[in-house]
Amino acid sequence: MNVNFKNGKILLVVGMVSMVLVSAVLAQQASLIPNSRLINPEELVKILQFSKSEKPLLIHVGSHVLYSQAHIPGSEYIGQASSESALQQLRKRVESLPRRKFIVIYCGCCPWSHCPNVKPADDALLAMGFTNVKVLYIANNFGADWMDKGYPVARGD
Amino acid sequence: MNQKKLLIGTVAIAVALGIYFFERSARSSSQRSAAQGTLAPDFSLPQLTGGQLKLSAYRGKVVLLDFWATWCDPCREEIPGFVDLQNKYGSQGLQIIGVSMDDGPEPVRDFYQRFKMNYPVVMGNAKTGEVYGGVLGLPIAFLIGRDGRVYAKHIGATNISVFEKEIVGLLQDKINPNHPGA
Repeated sequence: MNVNFKNGKILLVVGMVSMVLVSAVLAQQASLIPNSRLINPEELVKILQFSKSEKPLLIHVGSHVLYSQAHIPGSEYIGQASSESALQQLRKRVESLPRRKFIVIYCGCCPWSHCPNVKPADDALLAMGFTNVKVLYIANNFGADWMDKGYPVARGD
Repeated sequence: MNQKKLLIGTVAIAVALGIYFFERSARSSSQRSAAQGTLAPDFSLPQLTGGQLKLSAYRGKVVLLDFWATWCDPCREEIPGFVDLQNKYGSQGLQIIGVSMDDGPEPVRDFYQRFKMNYPVVMGNAKTGEVYGGVLGLPIAFLIGRDGRVYAKHIGATNISVFEKEIVGLLQDKINPNHPGA
């Protein structure tokens, strides 16, 4: 009886520690994306406005309410990539594209370390074999790091 | 002679400090009044529990308008603190209103139950965000006085003690909601 009680307590503690660790990892998903896969807003603006090289396919992977208010002109909305349905939509959208296609994904819903959307989207594209994917590094949110800097925006659906 | 110079020097420093602090105080009070800004834009939005909620119906109360979403970690962390504030100051005239920026009400309903939220939550949209200057990152909270004016805007997760201090200040501010400037 005592042994069972002791085991139960150990299991409870292990469970709680696991939950804390899982939450910590999930909360910082975006922080796990290596720097080599990131692109800064300034760099992206230069590519979009001035570069003669290939323009990227821009995909917004965040909330639709936020996308409707303001997004990067020309970007496509696929849904919040923290959900499996949006990931399926993302896979469907890019499946026919050459694996060297330049793709930029972005969200900007919340501070970088709290964004639940960019990492799953990046992982999905990586798993499909895309080799030229960049994730737009938005430190705080789309308003502060893109719109307030005067970079171009579009509104609506 | 030296004592006289010392006295003059001390008086001069005291006067200079006095002018500095007077100007600083005048400057911060003018900043405060500028920050009070305009009337909070009115809206009528569907409530999670049914019916419409009209912001202007809460004129006369201190309103904490919280733009949030269930998928936003910092937003979720603030909710228990808001529940406590509503419990503590609701009878004194505080009304917290949550504006969910989720794309649909289903996750919000579940969240509302689980977190035992004790204040109304409405489903926001892009238009609501735009009239509030663009809600392009969450959370964002607006503190509105009894006169319907915006007194503070907090972008990002904010310590609950900051809200409490401002709320207490506004609750004590006996502004007549019907005064001509309101």
